[in-house]
Amino acid sequence: MKNQFGWSAVMAATSLLLVSQQGSAQARGSITQNSFNPAVSVIFDAGFASYSNKKAYEIAGFPLAGEAGVAEQGFALNEVELIASADIDDKFYGELTVGMHQDGDETETEIEEAYFQTTALPHGLTLKGGKFFSELGYLNVHHKHAWDFADAPLLYRALLGRQYGDAGLQARWVAPTALFIELGAEWTRGDAFPAGGSGKDGRGAGVLFAHLGGDVGQGGSWQLGFSHLQADEVTAELGGHSHGAANTADNEFVGETRLSAVDLIYKWAPKGNSKARHLKLQAEYFRREMDGRFSYVEGANSGDGSLLAKQDGWYLQAVYQFVPRWRVGLRYDHLGSENRQVVSNRAGFADDDELFEATGWADEGVEPERSTVMLDYSNSEFSRLRLQYSTEDSRHAGEGRDNQVLLQYVYSLGAHGAHRF
Amino acid sequence: MLRLAKLTMTTLLLLVPFSASAALKVFACEPEWAALAQELAPQASIYSATTSHQDPHYIEPRPSLVAQLRSADLLICSGSELEIGWLPVLMRQAGNPRIQADQAGYLMASEHVLRLEQHDKVDRSMGDVHAAGNPHVHLDPHRLLQVAEVLRDRLLVIDQANAEAYRLNYLDFAGRWAIAIEGWQQRAASLKGANYVSYHKNFSYLAEWLGMARLATVEPKPGIPPSAKQLQQLYQQLAGKPLLAVLHTPPQSAKHSERLADRLGVSAVNLPLSPDDENGADLFAFFELMLTALTDVKRAQMEPQ
Repeated sequence: MKNQFGWSAVMAATSLLLVSQQGSAQARGSITQNSFNPAVSVIFDAGFASYSNKKAYEIAGFPLAGEAGVAEQGFALNEVELIASADIDDKFYGELTVGMHQDGDETETEIEEAYFQTTALPHGLTLKGGKFFSELGYLNVHHKHAWDFADAPLLYRALLGRQYGDAGLQARWVAPTALFIELGAEWTRGDAFPAGGSGKDGRGAGVLFAHLGGDVGQGGSWQLGFSHLQADEVTAELGGHSHGAANTADNEFVGETRLSAVDLIYKWAPKGNSKARHLKLQAEYFRREMDGRFSYVEGANSGDGSLLAKQDGWYLQAVYQFVPRWRVGLRYDHLGSENRQVVSNRAGFADDDELFEATGWADEGVEPERSTVMLDYSNSEFSRLRLQYSTEDSRHAGEGRDNQVLLQYVYSLGAHGAHRF
Repeated sequence: MLRLAKLTMTTLLLLVPFSASAALKVFACEPEWAALAQELAPQASIYSATTSHQDPHYIEPRPSLVAQLRSADLLICSGSELEIGWLPVLMRQAGNPRIQADQAGYLMASEHVLRLEQHDKVDRSMGDVHAAGNPHVHLDPHRLLQVAEVLRDRLLVIDQANAEAYRLNYLDFAGRWAIAIEGWQQRAASLKGANYVSYHKNFSYLAEWLGMARLATVEPKPGIPPSAKQLQQLYQQLAGKPLLAVLHTPPQSAKHSERLADRLGVSAVNLPLSPDDENGADLFAFFELMLTALTDVKRAQMEPQ
């Protein structure tokens, strides 16, 4: 046993010698974030969808924009995401996400995110530049494959065109406090809905955000977020309310957009061991105001005038992993709007109301809502199979409910990075 | 919104002077590294991101961890990809240059010692395997001492003002540790040559140190729980072989380990992987507890029925 002590002392001395000889850089080693540089991953999101309501998807009072629609009926490959990320050097990190989806014979490619981010700024500061998903709301920064349901909350569809990302700069600051406090600002091009048209010479939109967060006991943690989007010179192309036929209308909004968001997240796991069981509660409230002028042209029918749209929405969802790998989720969505149009010119329409309906801003007394239940199974963190049922009442008056069944599988190949809280 | 921003700023300005203090701040990913830091830098403010009830592979990157990492002077973790599911995302959010990979404040313990179970080729079909080797190196007290030395050197770089204290604390710890190792090895001599089964490959370093051999793991592949059929096959494979116990840790599924142990007629031992207030907060008490648990099982087996 004396030998053992001697051995450890010799070993200690040897390793000390090695450390001092090799110099600090080597001795420090580094986390092998993955075997490849950059870390590359491919994510398939495919499945099956069935809708009881066969009419084109619309939400009363909310002319849709961006990628606000629903997944295609039947079997479909919804999206393939290609993600590459790496530390660029000792001061920058970079990430690229390319989304690809099939549209008939063609494959559409979209750069969802392509940004750099600083890693070496002092005092809790981080700068991000390029194209990125905004910190507006909670779910917005998370890629679609990381969502807990197969589709976006209604308010993301109706108010953000599914997800809000644009080219620009972001600055963030984390306070040196035990309570998590993060403040940040984004200054972007203003190209993406609910902005649009790259106003102010391509400096058209800004977002302010604040996050607070902490722990509750050993197993709980929470985050509260406030954010605000402002875009003053917006030109946005919107979908109107099509009466059966394909929508070929030119439906434009010119003016300013304001959107305020509050989000609250609570996660819990017994003693913080989320592997076995865990609960996630998530709620968001958005309020959007669009103030300006509208113009509408569809063949011989046209009209324009002023528009003031005050709209809001919220959802509450709970996801519970009741045994390892199995999760069940419930979600309720609700939207409301109070939109006013004052018509200046009108041609072809019988009256102002008909024009109002055609632009899609008329809510026709409908308060869109949706209830969803979800069950998913993850063989590992890289594969997930999900079955979801929703009943949605958000069509125009008289168009009825839509019962939706979605089957989704999400597979991730390669070095898939971690997700944020 | 603006009013809110103003209010927040004012609150922050009030908070900052109070939260800023001169004490060295250590962020440990696992309690064992917090305990080691406690030995070498008892004056420091030390925070452990996880407890022995959590599986360090699967940790929620929660806001409180970002806040703690933001102010840390030193980050000490097991490394070898153990924390890959949550640490990188925290590091990118915290805006702290002192704990980035090229800095003295970034210490991945397992990457400074010889690791077991390194793989040249890793494929996801093998489950959640760490190519860089088994990261749970703290269970070998000799490797732990090597890490203590690296930690001391880092402390000397980061906080030169207290260099003398760190040197003395290290010498004191190394001395007490070496004596403790001797005692433990004497006590655990009976475990030499014993076979064990563990839920995950958590105990490889402990086994290597004590001369124990792992016959199998309860999970068929790292991170994948066993099916009933796989448990049955495991039982057939192990039945009749001399076996000390089936080991598992608090966050792992006790159900599978206990079922297998029951059928094999051996004990299932719930062995914490990390020190904790319940398991003895310091490293000495933690090792005592582990050895006591194992030697108790051995003694019970030796006693005539």
